[in-house]
Amino acid sequence: MTAALILFISLTILLQFFVSYCRSLIAASTREALSQEVQEVTGISRTASPDDYSRVVQLLNLCPDRPEDRSSLRAVSAYYHFLGFIRSTIARAIPSLQSWADRESAQCTYFVAVALGRRIAFSRDLLAQQMLP
Amino acid sequence: MPGPLQYLIWLLCTLLEVAVLVCAFKRQAVRRYLLLNLYIASEVVASVVRFEILQRYGLLSSTYAYFYYYSDALLTILLFFALSSLYAQVFQELNAERFVQLGAVVLMSGTALFSFAVVQQSSGKLMSHFVVELSQNLYFVGLVLTYILWAAILKLRETRAQLIQIVLALGVYFSLYAANYALRNLYPSLGYVFQSLNPLIGCFLPFAWAYAFYRLPKDARLQPSSLAVIPR
Repeated sequence: MTAALILFISLTILLQFFVSYCRSLIAASTREALSQEVQEVTGISRTASPDDYSRVVQLLNLCPDRPEDRSSLRAVSAYYHFLGFIRSTIARAIPSLQSWADRESAQCTYFVAVALGRRIAFSRDLLAQQMLP
Repeated sequence: MPGPLQYLIWLLCTLLEVAVLVCAFKRQAVRRYLLLNLYIASEVVASVVRFEILQRYGLLSSTYAYFYYYSDALLTILLFFALSSLYAQVFQELNAERFVQLGAVVLMSGTALFSFAVVQQSSGKLMSHFVVELSQNLYFVGLVLTYILWAAILKLRETRAQLIQIVLALGVYFSLYAANYALRNLYPSLGYVFQSLNPLIGCFLPFAWAYAFYRLPKDARLQPSSLAVIPR
């Protein structure tokens, strides 16, 4: 009985910490504006759509990897998949939860779009360095 | 003996711990988070000594078992005090550091007494079971304390991004451990499965802390209310 209670409390708190932790990773990117180039490539101007995520990730994978972004992208990807699970299960019955999950998923998409902008700039720098005599 | 995968996770975890220390040093955060860094340094030392004992005496030896559980208990106590140092940082402006330290010692003693009372009733090997019980209970107490600290951060509108991420990562870590211990108690027959998850969970904290030190400048700010699950 005590173990079951501890498990319930731990999982409830884990959920809250996990969501807040992922939000803290995303928070910095939401203040960053997307470059004109990224806006054109992704079709995202100010707000992203939750369903654009896979498309933006595909674009991101076309660019050379930036080691600095790897860990945060993994955490945000885990968060997005967790939100996807919520959207396809519990949120179907609770509309307010659906809109919350949509908003959060859109932020994940925006985060990936910001990372895409950084990767484009990074590739350009790499190319410039190689072109130097 | 552990398999290659377990050795790999062990090595990864130790490297991540070293990365925390390097990033903290580079970002000049060693003094600011002294107890946190002391805890991570102790983890690295314990990891090296555990490896040495494992090689010399083997996994099933009592020497390894004793060292593993006793060092784990000591490290959990150190992490508990590292958590109290985060409380001191959040309550710095209220000049409540003394009360925080006193509270931590009282809570720590209370948990130790409770653990002792539990094992006294049911155990022949009193001391060994006591350290295991103490570790488990401290993880749960740590989880509750981290949750209270997070509530205080939201209430006091603490905006230091590094501190916020450190606390949130600690919350995820404690809740994963507490849930894992609870599952082990609920399903003892699957104990080996849950036990094997421990090293993986252990990797999360150094990974998140290294990230916080590496990526976030000391003066980076966040609006904590935007991070809460229930909007404020």
